[in-house]
Amino acid sequence: MSALPAYASTGQRIWHYTFRYVICGFILFFLIAPILTIIPLSFNAEDFFTFTPAMLSLSPEGYSLKHYHDFFTNGDWQQALKNSFLIAPAATVLSTALGTLAAIGLSQSHVPFRRAIMAILISPMIVPLIISAAGMYFFYSRIGLQGTYWGVVLAHAALGTPFVIITVTATMVGFDRSLTRAAASMGADPVTTFFKVQMPLIIPGVVSGALFAFITSFDEVVVVLFLGSAGQKTLPWQMFTGLREQISPTILAVATIMVAISIVLLSVLEMLRRRSERLRGLSPS
Amino acid sequence: MSASTTASSNSSISGSADPLTKDGQPLKRSLARALRREKLRALFLIAPLLIFILISFVLPIGDMLFRSVENKIVEDTLPGTVRALASWDADSGELPDEAVFAALADDMMLAQEVKIHTRLGSRLNYDQPGISSVFRKSGRKIKALDNETAQAGFIAIDPAWDTPDAWTALRSMAAWPGKFAATAQSWKNWEAWYLSEEKEALDPTTTVPHGFTYAALYHDLASMPASDITALANSKNTTAVALFKQLAGKIDTIGNDDFKAQFADIDKGWADIDNWQAIQRLSPRIVDSYFLAAIDAERTSEGIEQKPDNERLYLKLFVRTIFMSLIITGSCILLGYPVAYLLANLSVRASNMVLILVLLPFWTSLLVRTSAWKVLLQQQGVINDLLVWAGVINEAGRLVMINNMTGTIIAMTHILLPFMILPLFSVMKTISPTYMRAAKSMGASDSLAFWRVYFPNTVPGIGAGSILVFILSIGYYITPELVGGTTGVFISNRIAYHISSSLNWGLAAALGSILLILVLALYWTYDRIVGIDNVKLG
Repeated sequence: MSALPAYASTGQRIWHYTFRYVICGFILFFLIAPILTIIPLSFNAEDFFTFTPAMLSLSPEGYSLKHYHDFFTNGDWQQALKNSFLIAPAATVLSTALGTLAAIGLSQSHVPFRRAIMAILISPMIVPLIISAAGMYFFYSRIGLQGTYWGVVLAHAALGTPFVIITVTATMVGFDRSLTRAAASMGADPVTTFFKVQMPLIIPGVVSGALFAFITSFDEVVVVLFLGSAGQKTLPWQMFTGLREQISPTILAVATIMVAISIVLLSVLEMLRRRSERLRGLSPS
Repeated sequence: MSASTTASSNSSISGSADPLTKDGQPLKRSLARALRREKLRALFLIAPLLIFILISFVLPIGDMLFRSVENKIVEDTLPGTVRALASWDADSGELPDEAVFAALADDMMLAQEVKIHTRLGSRLNYDQPGISSVFRKSGRKIKALDNETAQAGFIAIDPAWDTPDAWTALRSMAAWPGKFAATAQSWKNWEAWYLSEEKEALDPTTTVPHGFTYAALYHDLASMPASDITALANSKNTTAVALFKQLAGKIDTIGNDDFKAQFADIDKGWADIDNWQAIQRLSPRIVDSYFLAAIDAERTSEGIEQKPDNERLYLKLFVRTIFMSLIITGSCILLGYPVAYLLANLSVRASNMVLILVLLPFWTSLLVRTSAWKVLLQQQGVINDLLVWAGVINEAGRLVMINNMTGTIIAMTHILLPFMILPLFSVMKTISPTYMRAAKSMGASDSLAFWRVYFPNTVPGIGAGSILVFILSIGYYITPELVGGTTGVFISNRIAYHISSSLNWGLAAALGSILLILVLALYWTYDRIVGIDNVKLG
């Protein structure tokens, strides 16, 4: 299918191009168009959610940065942004540190109850968020963590660890264990071996795991809605209330900024993946 | 095969003595020790995270499961009533006897003092609509109940009953609290009431209890056979002997305030057998009532019954959640399959470009995508504008695509589509193009070759993607909440409602437990088909 053979009949040609450009084109359009549409809309000079005639005629009066200005000057949005950047890094550090250690432990050759342990560690990713949120809300209010900064950080860290485990374990799969043996045979103690030999090889996995953990916390809204109080209002929470109550076009500006953040994160991840494969001697695909 | 079994089979081959290592230890033992050390090291590395997840995640989930059956509020608020009510035959068609009402008066006296009676009322109201107003009303009027007839009766028989010494003697008897269950409970209530009212612990050497405790004592004594009272009069405590000698044969003269009639005066709900049946049914500390409510069933005098059709709420919601998740999964298969096929059959460079189009939505915040759909689908939104402009619909016929099922299905299909494309793509990548060529070289048409050769090879990918999408979809909360209106919401939204608005946490926990069981069952299937270690990200 990759290339149409020279002997293809007209019918086959028609199907080939229809499939490739009409069907797949439509689906890819469906995937990407909503995200692309909100970007120009966020520069709307009016408080509308659709393209104004001025925008369609591409006249400069139709566009403005007023929604961005609103985002950067509005106290609620700024507080939410600040909270997001206070919560996500703390949760990331916690889940990356614990997750990396556990992933290294799990990739040893003899781990008792490996399957059961893995199932428990992955569970925050499997359980529907509303159930995690409900459970944590009930439990954390019993122990006084509900509505506190640390309560939200702990919850987000728990939600982020499965991603760290999965990415780090994936980099450990191709890890050549004779490297650590070689280090040990030359007199390095386990700690030195870990930092000098193992760590540089798994660091791309650790960083991409950390990115996943960060985005998990940064995007998370269900758990923080229940666990947090007004003092922990994050960006997604603010967006959620904005969408539910009175939708203001500032949301589109925020959304555009968040799309930019995801593009940056995605590029970093892709770079890391290639680097990791190169380091492990696999040819990058 | 583990190292220890290797070692043992080696030694059995060599036969006689175990081989030794350099330091004189048997090889088998030092291998086992090395293995043990390695296991310990692995566990040592895993332990911090395991403990963290167990405490911060698994324990809360367990707590939620427990909350769905926990029901200690009834016994904690009305301890004496629950105890007295245990012997009442709910099917007798008669109200509980006077002893139960006396205990109720006593319990309610304390409950309204510490202001927990309305909470109990709301709890009981989940299962017995209307009962919460009965509790609210009774709380206000409980202080006005006549309760001193029994006390006066005791004092008339022997003035010593008005002294703290009488109670000290009674409480030091061997028969206390065994034979005086109601009185002992009442005494506890009295202590708690005193603490709350006077802000200090009561001193039993200077105070006598209030009338309710005398009433409880009267009921304890009235329910005893005469021989028991004679026995009490022969105890070792001299004060008690004197008291009970006086009492013998005169119990009937003590009298009692008619609590039953007084409660019926406060609210006729207390004369309603249904209310009493509900209280008795909900007396145990562990109840299934939340689960019954979660599946629209109720316990009646004839056993467990399904509610009438027009009152069924949760089953319908579960069915709708599953039905909509199936539609979303189906749409994801339909839309995901061609894209995955394209990705797997393009050159590496081109497929990487297309992959970016798939991964960008995957990486974009869920709220961003939901807001995009909210903007696009609304009646004054981009899609309707476009359709009106193109002349497909007229101004009056703008489509309602949001705040209903359509909105939820479109937005969620968009959000979950990458979760279908990625597993499908990874399966399709491994299918060699030679299979199709072989089929065609043997004369199969394009469509025959596809359906008989290619498609069956992709079924595992469809299975994996479908279960993943279905699991994610069935527990979704945010998107249905924002674009679902009232007809497009899922069971999750109802759970959230019960947690934050109606505050019926037990029902929320029961609904959550059912959802959790569903998801875990699906996940188990996923693990069997795909394997837990094969979860891939991007």
